Amino acid sequence: MSAVLFDTPGPHTRRRTAIWSLVAGVVLAIVVVLAAVRLAQRGIFDADRWDIFTESTESWEALLRRGLGATLRAAGVAAVISLTAGALLAVARMSSSAWMRVPATIGIELFRGLPVLLLILFTALGFGSSIFIAVVIGLSLYNTAVIAEILRAGIQSLPGGQREAALAIGLSPGQTLRMILLPQAVRRMLPSLVSQLVVLLKDTSLGFVVGYAELLRTSRELRDFFGSRYIFSIFVVTAAIYIGVNFALSRFATYLEKHGTTRAAGGPAKQVPMDSRNA
Amino acid sequence: MSVRRLRGLAATAALALLLTACGGDDDAATEVESGAEFKAGTTMAKLADKGKITIGTKFDQPLFGLRGPSGDPEGFDVEIGKIIAAKLGIEPDKIKWIETVSANREPFIEDGRVDIVVATYTINDDRKKIIDFAGPYFQAGQTILVKEANTDINGPDDLAGKTVCSVEGSTPAANIETSYPDVKLELTDAYSNCLEPLRNDQVDAITTDNVILAGFVDQNEGEFKLAGEPFTEEPYGVGLKRGDDAFRTFLNDTLEESYKDGSWDKAWESTAGKVLELPSPPAVDRY
Amino acid sequence: MDAVIDNLPLYWEGFWATLRLTLVSAAFALLLGTVLGAFRVSPVPTLRALGTVYVELLRNTPLTLVFFFFVFVAPQIDIKLPFFVSALVALSLYTAAFVCEAVRSGVNSVGVGQAEAARAIGLTFPQTMGQIVLPQAFRTVVPPLINIFIALTKNSSIAAGFFVTELVAVGIRLANRNAADVLMVLGGVAVFYLAITIPAGILAGALERRVAFAR
Repeated sequence: MSAVLFDTPGPHTRRRTAIWSLVAGVVLAIVVVLAAVRLAQRGIFDADRWDIFTESTESWEALLRRGLGATLRAAGVAAVISLTAGALLAVARMSSSAWMRVPATIGIELFRGLPVLLLILFTALGFGSSIFIAVVIGLSLYNTAVIAEILRAGIQSLPGGQREAALAIGLSPGQTLRMILLPQAVRRMLPSLVSQLVVLLKDTSLGFVVGYAELLRTSRELRDFFGSRYIFSIFVVTAAIYIGVNFALSRFATYLEKHGTTRAAGGPAKQVPMDSRNA
Repeated sequence: MSVRRLRGLAATAALALLLTACGGDDDAATEVESGAEFKAGTTMAKLADKGKITIGTKFDQPLFGLRGPSGDPEGFDVEIGKIIAAKLGIEPDKIKWIETVSANREPFIEDGRVDIVVATYTINDDRKKIIDFAGPYFQAGQTILVKEANTDINGPDDLAGKTVCSVEGSTPAANIETSYPDVKLELTDAYSNCLEPLRNDQVDAITTDNVILAGFVDQNEGEFKLAGEPFTEEPYGVGLKRGDDAFRTFLNDTLEESYKDGSWDKAWESTAGKVLELPSPPAVDRY
Repeated sequence: MDAVIDNLPLYWEGFWATLRLTLVSAAFALLLGTVLGAFRVSPVPTLRALGTVYVELLRNTPLTLVFFFFVFVAPQIDIKLPFFVSALVALSLYTAAFVCEAVRSGVNSVGVGQAEAARAIGLTFPQTMGQIVLPQAFRTVVPPLINIFIALTKNSSIAAGFFVTELVAVGIRLANRNAADVLMVLGGVAVFYLAITIPAGILAGALERRVAFAR
């Protein structure tokens, strides 16, 4: 709560705020109830539109085991590749040698500026790879560039003393980066990194355009199989799964922010820049 | 030799058990050929030895190839695939089904990702330059789907100036573009995506093969209907690698046998036959 | 190369659609996002909760699913929109969540003294926000907003799967028809995207450096 914008409320204000709160709450409740009634009238809540979920576990299995499984598989592989390659790319980006720095910078700007969907299509259609590989590579190309930038920001936010001390005891710039700065940067930017992994997970759904049988496409298959009367229930369940998984991941990021970043020099990053370039 | 015979017997027994266990009355119980022997070096021998086959089919086409929550596709194309596999001594659960969308059927055959493709695959000369076809095993035709109440569209000529939904890269879409250029096409990646827009009048009609549309009519009781008669001929064939004449002959033989021994009829009745009448199988074209 | 040059009109059509999607959605997202941001920092608990729920829901949902809702699910509950409008709505609602967060962090970055001084001279909350805090927050908020805009440009590509002929849709269509020149065809699409995202990125970087100062 932003106490910076308003004084701690006195009794009058508290009462006024409470009234506003109540009014807003009532208006909201009315809207929700009206919507629900309208939906019920159209039969959205009828049991026979939800029976594929209530009467058997087959649909659940299809969505969770096959769909979510495929999503997590692609996301997992892409995450591992992106984290490793991202670290390497960050090192190259900050290298003193222009031979490494310039191509790294160009690569990063290039892949950050292109939609992930386009990168997936490039790999699938242009290089004829399998769909899984196309999705993983598309995701990895993009996220490697982003993670490289996150790590670079992390390294630059470390206190200068770290680098100076490392050089003073005789480590080369490369060794400094690898052994002293990078590990601390990772610890510091952990929340940012995990947020990026959430973005990565969401982007696996782009695979449905090229036919990757991840969660969204599996839910579409269910719709094709059972008919469009089930579309609302299928959508709700799919959304719940996505939101649930991503929310858990985000909460994990918040937990890390509180507990994990104190071991980096200079303490937790004061203003963790949410890289808004990858909404 | 005897090992294969034993395996074949065991497979048949397992299949019989499986069928009774499922209580699946819909199963066109294709009897797996036991002890099938093929000339060494042919594709048939290789597949029979492996005991496995990879078949490309559609996963989103009601009646022909539609994947349900169980994970395996169901439909007429799937049954044809099972008939072919059975002739090779391969049980249905040893078939690996891969989704082939309209755009990737040839590439998948070319690079060997699939052994055959049975996926509402229309035989035409352009495709014959890249791959070979066995069959045809079914004769479809392009037609139009409209809302039940629609009276102005009764054939392709009535489509002038209207908006029609179809699939990117498909034969029906290409046909409309060349022969009926004043039709506005909305293209997507699966025919089933067109249903909601049709329901909401965002498009006036959907066009593709009649059997695919019939599946949609059936799935959405009373909402849609077919407009007019099919106006093209779409012979469906089994796609295989170019130049594999021995395999093609085998496939053609298998198909003709299925016409005679009733398994083709059974395959139809258990899938598309629930909605459409039993047609007569087309003559196989051995070119 | 011919495949690209012969189809320039189609590329242009796609580029124009992408541009329209991006700019119109950006405008709506900015509006909605600022309002939501104000909700999240307001003293009224219900409004704060509303803002939080909105942001949490949309940030954890893939944009593809939001598109899916407006094109395939909404018609069943009587919300029937033309394809382009569905895309606009999906993009606007989704991006608004991120704009809200940017605005909120911008507001939080304004020195405490500013708000206290405003209150000391008797300004109410809306006045404090409107005349003192938001204008100053604007400085810090602009670079992230540009980044959000870049993300929006790239996200518009999702409309390709939902009946809108924007750049990526053009790419898919041309790639299917010119199987031999796929790399060239998609390369053309890439160039159009980079034409928007790289200058915007440079602008954001320059602005970030200008506003970065010790507080």
